[in-house]
Parts: sequence; C-alpha cells; structure tokens
Amino acid sequence: MIAQSFQYESPRTIKEAIELLQKYGDDAKILSGGHSLIPMMKLRFASPEYIIDINRIPGLSYIKEEGGMLKIGALTREAEIEHSDLLKKHFPIFGDVTKLIADPQVRNMGTIGGNLAHGDAANDHPAVMLALNATVIAAGPDGERAIPIDEFFFGFYQTALQPDEILTEIQIPVSQHGTGSAYHKLERKVGDYATAGVAVHLTLDKNNTCTSIGIGLTNVNPTPLRAARSEQALFGKELTEEAIAEAAKYASEDCSPSSDLRGSEEYKRAMVAVLVKRMIHKAAERAKA
Amino acid sequence: MIQCKTSKAISGMGHSMKRKEDARFLQGKGHYVDDIKLPGMLYMDIVRSPYAYAKIKSINSEEAMKVPGVVAVVTGRDLEKYNLHWMPTLMSDTQMVLPTDTVMYQAQEVCAVIATSRYAARDGREAVRVEYEPMKPVIDPYKAMDANAPVLRSDKEGKKDNHIWNWKVGNKEKTDKVFDTAEVVVKQHMHIPRIHVASIETCGCVADYDKVNNHLTMYMTTQAPHAIRTVIALVAGHVGLTEEKVRVVSPDIGGGFGGKVPVYPGYVIAIAVSFLVGKPVKWIEDRSENLQADSFARDYHITVEMAGTKAGKIQATRFKVLADHGYTDASANPSKFNTGLFSIATGSYDYDTSYMEADAVYTNKPPGGVAYRCSFRVTEAVHAIERITDRFAFEIGKDPAQLRMDNFIKKEDFPWKSPTGWIYDSGDYHAGLKKAMEAIGYDELRKEQAEKRKKGELMGIGISTFTEIVGAGPSKDFDILGIKMFDSAEIRVHPTGKAIARFGTKSQGQGHETTYAQIIAEELGIPAENIQIEEGDTDTAPYGLGTYASRSTPTAGAAASIAARKLRDKARKIAAYLLEVSEDDLEWEPGKFSVKGAPEKSKTIQEIVFAAYTNHPQGMEAGFEATHYYDPPNLTFPSGAYICVVDIDKETGAINVRRFVAIDDCGHIINPMIVQGQVHGGLTQGIAPAMYEELIYDEDGNILNGTFMDYLVPTAVESPHWETGHVVTPSPHHPIGAKGVGESPTVGSPPAIVNAIVDALSPYGITHMDIPVTPYKVWKALKDKGAI
Repeated sequence: MIAQSFQYESPRTIKEAIELLQKYGDDAKILSGGHSLIPMMKLRFASPEYIIDINRIPGLSYIKEEGGMLKIGALTREAEIEHSDLLKKHFPIFGDVTKLIADPQVRNMGTIGGNLAHGDAANDHPAVMLALNATVIAAGPDGERAIPIDEFFFGFYQTALQPDEILTEIQIPVSQHGTGSAYHKLERKVGDYATAGVAVHLTLDKNNTCTSIGIGLTNVNPTPLRAARSEQALFGKELTEEAIAEAAKYASEDCSPSSDLRGSEEYKRAMVAVLVKRMIHKAAERAKA
Repeated sequence: MIQCKTSKAISGMGHSMKRKEDARFLQGKGHYVDDIKLPGMLYMDIVRSPYAYAKIKSINSEEAMKVPGVVAVVTGRDLEKYNLHWMPTLMSDTQMVLPTDTVMYQAQEVCAVIATSRYAARDGREAVRVEYEPMKPVIDPYKAMDANAPVLRSDKEGKKDNHIWNWKVGNKEKTDKVFDTAEVVVKQHMHIPRIHVASIETCGCVADYDKVNNHLTMYMTTQAPHAIRTVIALVAGHVGLTEEKVRVVSPDIGGGFGGKVPVYPGYVIAIAVSFLVGKPVKWIEDRSENLQADSFARDYHITVEMAGTKAGKIQATRFKVLADHGYTDASANPSKFNTGLFSIATGSYDYDTSYMEADAVYTNKPPGGVAYRCSFRVTEAVHAIERITDRFAFEIGKDPAQLRMDNFIKKEDFPWKSPTGWIYDSGDYHAGLKKAMEAIGYDELRKEQAEKRKKGELMGIGISTFTEIVGAGPSKDFDILGIKMFDSAEIRVHPTGKAIARFGTKSQGQGHETTYAQIIAEELGIPAENIQIEEGDTDTAPYGLGTYASRSTPTAGAAASIAARKLRDKARKIAAYLLEVSEDDLEWEPGKFSVKGAPEKSKTIQEIVFAAYTNHPQGMEAGFEATHYYDPPNLTFPSGAYICVVDIDKETGAINVRRFVAIDDCGHIINPMIVQGQVHGGLTQGIAPAMYEELIYDEDGNILNGTFMDYLVPTAVESPHWETGHVVTPSPHHPIGAKGVGESPTVGSPPAIVNAIVDALSPYGITHMDIPVTPYKVWKALKDKGAI
C-alpha cells in the first residue's frame, strides 16, 4: 500500500492547471478528493508520474442558484452537498445519494467533480446526474464548454473530458412545482459500491401524469446508464402501477450487469426492477408533498 | 445487581472503573510496534507469490538491487545456508520460512527485500523478477482426499496423501445404536467458512540483533511473548541465540483475536537479516498481506446429526468434520487437541451419547487455523449443535425455546460430565433463557410473527443457548510445544503502599491494566488506580503462555488473586506484630486489619506495607512481594442465552437484525463496563461471519476478496443495538469465581442470527442456510423455492 514516487504540482489557477496538463499529458492525473485515485496509486493500479492537486485553486467549491440553474462547483465536498439547505429544498435526492457514498470520512474529502470525472459506473453521482439531466462544464485551453450528461460517459473509466480539460462545474435545471426525486442503492455494507442503484427524477401534473422523467442506473452496466425505454414508458402517461411495472421491467432488461461477489446477473436485474419501482414511488410521493 | 465489597475509592471487583489504558489510547499516545524507530534501522518488504501452487524457476534481483536504498534481496537459498528456511508450527507441523523450490499458496512469501526506507523496500519489491512454473492446485478439501490427488507435502518423507490427522472422541457403537432406533433423526451438512481476524493493526516486528553482546531484542505483535522467546531459542539456538540472549517485547497491540499467536515467516526473516547484518530490521505488513497470508480461522466442513424422541427429548448427537488447514497445520491449539475443544459440541443439553470424528487435510491455501476470538474450535462446535437443535425442534414441530428448556442440564446437576468427558463447572441455563425471553418479549414476538406470516411478511426469531469452554488449561492435558498452559502474576508493593504487578499474559485491547488492578484491589484493598500493570516484556514479566482463548482472567487473573492473598497473609502477620495481638484476633476488611471487638485498633494496608520495609518483625523476610504460577484445576464453562429477531425484505433479500438480546453467564464480573464492551465487540464479530465475512478462493486458488473493499468487516452501521444482561453462577474452582467472557458473544451469536433467518424463511420449506447469509443468498433461496 505504498504508491510509486511521483512529482507533485499544486497550481493556484485553472489556467496554470491546464498548462500543466498540456505539459505532462497522459503522465499526469488530477487530484481532487483523492478517494478513488490514491487507493489506486497505493495498490499500484495507477502510477502517474505527475499529480496535479487542484485543491488550492480558489472558487471551485460552491452550491448556488443562478438564472434558473443550480450550479455546483467541482471541488464541492460530498459532506457539503449532504448538508446543503439549498439542495435539501430543491433536490432531496442529494440527501439520498450522499448518505450512501462511502462513509463520513470519505465524504469530508471526496468531491462531486471527482466522482463524475472518474468515469466509474460504480460511482453514485453519475446515475443521479443522468436522472436530473445535468450539464457538465469543462475548462480547457480554449475556454469553457458545456457537455450534456448524456454525452459525458464513454466507457470504462472514460469520459468526454480531454486530457487537457478540467471539470469545473455541474449545472442542473431548477425543478418546477410537482417535481420529486429519489435515489437508493443496495450495498453489502456501508462504503460498498452498489449491488444496484437507481436514481429517479420526475414531475407530475395534477392528473398524476408524468410530464418529465429521468431514470439513471448505478453499477449495472459498463457505463452509467440512462434507462431510456423506462422513461419513455412513463413520459406523458398517468403514473399507474402497470406503467411503473413496465418501466421497472424495461430497466432490468436494458441494463447489463455482470455477476460478481455482490450477486448474479439475474439478481442484479431483479434488484434494478425492485429499485426502479420503489424509487418512482418515493419520487412521486415527494412530488406530491 | 452486582454487589461490591470495596469502596469506589478502592475500586475492586464489580466497579465500572474507567479503563486506565484509555488515557493513552484515546489521545493517540499508544505505543505500537510501528512506532518503534531505532538508529540505523533497515526496512523489509516481502515479494509474494501470485500463484497458489508453482515451481520457482528463478529469482532475479538485479533490477531490485539498482533501486536506490535497496541493500539486499534475501531468498530461501540464502536462509538455507543457516538452516533457517524451515520452521515448526505450533502444532508440530512444518512450514517454509522462504521457499527454495516451490510455493504452496497465493501470497506466500517468496523472498524479502531489505532497504534503508520503507518506500525503497516497496519499490525494490516491485522490481524483483520471479519466474514461476504454475501447477494445478488442490483447493477443495474433499478433492484433496481423492486417491489420485497430487501429494502436496512431498517435502515430507514417505507422505503419500494429503491427510494430516484423524481424531475421534465418544462412543461410536453406542451412538450408532441410538441413532438406529431413534424416533427422530435430523441431519445437516454445513460449512463454517474460512475467515480472518482482520485486527486493525496488522502484524509486524523490529528485530534488533546486537552483534557485540550477542543479544536479540525482538519487538513484535505477539499475544504470547514468552512462548515466542522459547520458540526463537529452540529454532535459532544453534546459531547462538539461546534463551537468555533473547528478549521479546510486545508493545501495545491493536487487536489480536488469535491472529497474533502464530510465528509468521516475516518475523523469522527479520531476525535472520538482523542477525546477519547486525542492524535493526523493521517489517510491517500492509492490510492485504495480513488478510491474504496470515493465519485464517474456522474452515470446518461439518455434518451434524441429532437423534431424539418425537416428544422432544435429545438422545444423541453425531459429528463428522473435515478440516481444511491449507498448506500446513498452523493451528494455535494446545498440543494434544487437534480439533481444539470441538468436543464441547454436545452443548448445553442433558444426554449422554455422542460421537465425533474429524479429519484434516492439506490444500493450496494459506495455513491456519487460529482460534479467532474462540477457545479453539468452540465457534464451530456451537454453530453445529445450535443449528441442529433448531432443526430438531422444527422437525418435530416444537417451539425451539421450549425444546431447549426441556433438555437443558439442570442447575443442581453441576458439576456435570459431558458425553465427551468435560466436567462443566456451573451454570443455570434455564434462568438464562428465561431472562432472555422476558427481555425480548418472546411470546409477543411469536404472535407478531404469526400475524406477519399471514400477510406473507418474513420475520424470524432465533435462539442460541451455548456452553463455552475456556481458561486453558490444566497442566495434566494442556500444553503448547510441551510448555504447560499455566499463567502467572508477580506483585510488588512499594513502601508507600503503591504497587506494580506483572503478568505472563498480554492485553491486545482487553483492558488488563484495569481488570488485573481491580482483582488485586479487591484482595488487598489498595486502590486500583495505585496499581500499575505491566505485561509483554520477557525480561521483566513472569513466564506465561499469553492471552487468547479467554484464558487471561481464568489463569492470570486467578494467579493475581492468589499472589495477592499470599501478601494478605503476610500483612496479617505484620498487623498482628504492630498491634501486638495474635493473628486470630484480627479481622480483615478491604484495606485494613482491625482487632476483633476493638475496631479503633487497626492498621491500614499502606501502614502495614510501610512496616514491611521499615519495621518488619524479626525473622520475617523484609519487603512485600509475591509471585504465583496458577495451574487451573479445571476449565471454566461460561454460557449464554441469545435471542435475535430479524425482518427480511422479501424482494431484495435484505436482512435487518431488529433486536438482539444477549444474556451471558461469565461468573463473577470484575468490571461490568469492560465486560459490556467485550460483549458488544464480540457480538459484532459474531454478526460478521453470520452475515458478512468469508475468505473466498476460486478454483485456481486465487483469493477473490483480498482487500477490505470485498472482505466485509461490519462497522457501527451494520451493528444492531445490542441488549445485554447477565446471570451469575460463579465458577466453583476459580479463586474469584470468574469464568472469562471475551469469546462468548463471538461463539454464541452466529447461530442465533442464522436460526432467526432460517425461521423467517421456514414457511417456504427452507431449513438451513450456510454462513455468511447474504441478501443475495436469501433471495436465491426464496427464488429456488418459488417464493418470489
């Protein structure tokens, strides 16, 4: 559990950080909360020659509402998200998800930006961001660009971020009246990755018709997965038990989990169905509250 | 309620005195082996095998030697020159220190890298190139018994199979006869899986050989420093390290649980290197090495049967065990007990017929197994008997609590001889279970369960009423490598009435510095806070066999009590001299002797001790010291009645332990707070194998969960709210009536949890679940039965 030696850089501006990324290329890794990267380095699964610690760059940690958008800075710690009044008001799903991320010590350090930029389908925020239709802001040598969340996750530990880009902000449209969201994952014990996890974000009108719906799945696919067919099964329809059951069935069919120590593929598909059903109910209750 | 004979100022037995050691632990000022830094110290790291079974074709250290700071790479061939490449295990089997030809399990030590820093040692380790020729390993212990299985221990002359030993106890013919004619016979096969103690501090040492004085100081994480010193002298005496030239120091230890009893190869390599280079050598395992290579616990495959009447009378039990010891039998049992104290498996029930047989085999897995918070295979025994008792109750349709009540050994029948020959010292099993049932509201819970079942909801209630066997042990039967399993205490009271006491045991978190002080305070009336306790340094402490198997209070605690009584006898003589009365005219109350009928004439223990140094009677030896080596006349038999309530989410298989009541009988209690802490910790280490922990290997012998990411040690979040209580039946043969408590909850709780889970699933025809019972296993069982 001792990392290979590396050179440590601590830029004070995003510009400096990008310059370092341009200089070192693939030999560099960005350090934010460090709770994915450092264990990989200690096990020598990753041995970057350069570590670019972005923790000393000011102005990357915030949660604010601006122009109908909720904006979360990339360096915002999970613990800050967990306890944010603004998020509790608009998105109780953040309370659901952060409480299930690792343990309090990890949440004191781990950042939302790191959780997404790591590109790990086992992480919890990706499914939530898919459900919430988030946009990721990345800064690079040519300035900033906005990446829709559906274009962000590519493959195993791969994202749309270029080697010289840094994730700086997450934007989420502020929800309207009648909106509710919920997240849950099954885990073997606290701190474990999900056996299966499901995020649901929906809006109901006064006729109980689903006017918006987002469903994201955790750790049941090589990449974070949007349950698109499940969403279609509910969008514009009345939220009946039959419709929910159909959505649950589609999600369990469309994911592709692998058997491991957490359970068989069959079990995980079954759990996706159970969780989709439960999270839709929970989100709907919150929407009606 | 616990009655205290002493005031709070004295804090003898029964006081919940705050732990004296916690001031340093809570402030991060404990002193562990990794805190030791000596001038010129070198660091060792170990190259480990990626294969479970392979020939070593070559070890190339060229690149490693180029890493700045690396000073040596040590192989089995190097140790062979000094005949230090093999060592004995505690069970008189043999084990490689470093291999010369073949590796026998994944994560086995292959060679060691020595460097001037820990970082350089690790970089050097990564640069060593080893060429292997992998062979097909034997992983399944049943396949190891096959006639055509490859013979793994070909190093042993004439060895033709993988069988290690066969053990049996009881009356086979009589047992078979009862089974042949019994009205009811139930049978269950179960695996008590391989688990790991996973103590928070891993193993390590600093070997410091002084060439000038030919003296070795060995700082190491050991639960048995004196035994280790003797072992070092036996193994390395031929190179000059005779026993007076060896000092073993066991500093603060961050959890042992049996895993720090064995001698691991890393210790021996560190000694050898320090001996050769004349510099201190530090070796500290990292977490994965600890989990993957150090001794496992359990791994018993058990077939258990129970015979009885339809009315519910237990008549006989039969046990067949296959023990998977991995590469070598590295158990930490008393020498004469291959299966430890498994023969306690007849349980808490009054019947006279049982037969047990066990075989042990070698496989290509790490060696073991240690007694993980368990007095030598008692966890396996208790799981078997408490599961089969529930199966019997289910089979005849009787409430499992009632069945137990009907079959318990009665309070008045103690001492009671078990079918396998143990003499149970004392107990009141009926009172224990009654208390547990009242605490949890058993009858109401059964009603609630009936209602829930009508609605298809899964709720279960599980019971475990176990008898433990601890305090090894009487010298007639108990030794480790020939050394009898007594333990010792030496008390020295200073002129001002303050004391230091030293012991042959070694605390790893149990709170000895407090409990031993309280025992001495009870006997002498000196305030416990004025009694300093020391353990772990073989140069100063009296010889003893160490701390494991809940033996410290039964052995060293008894030694403390008797040594203190020797001092009280001396105090009486001095008091009689000072008060000018005869000894018979004196009466004792904690802290002073007074003249009968004239209580104003008295001498405090402090005055008496001062006189022992300043004004002792002519002809009496001056000073105030006593030592005692205690050889217990019998083992002690703590017991418990545990009841667990679970709710199961039918759709996901998730198990919620709603309630857990633990009523323990550990005899007289020394410090109730420490006992409660022990019970809480032990219960959490019981829920671990019941629901979370298992070391899993694939067919090639690769460990699949060699880190804490996948080896699931439960945390506070997974721990239910433990509800504890006591029944007290003092041990009649122990000087203070104590029995030991550390293991009871670990040993007794897994079957309570599993019995509750199986009870919840029983409407679907499920009669058994192997541990650990996970949500996935529950879901699969329900699915297989068509319940979901």
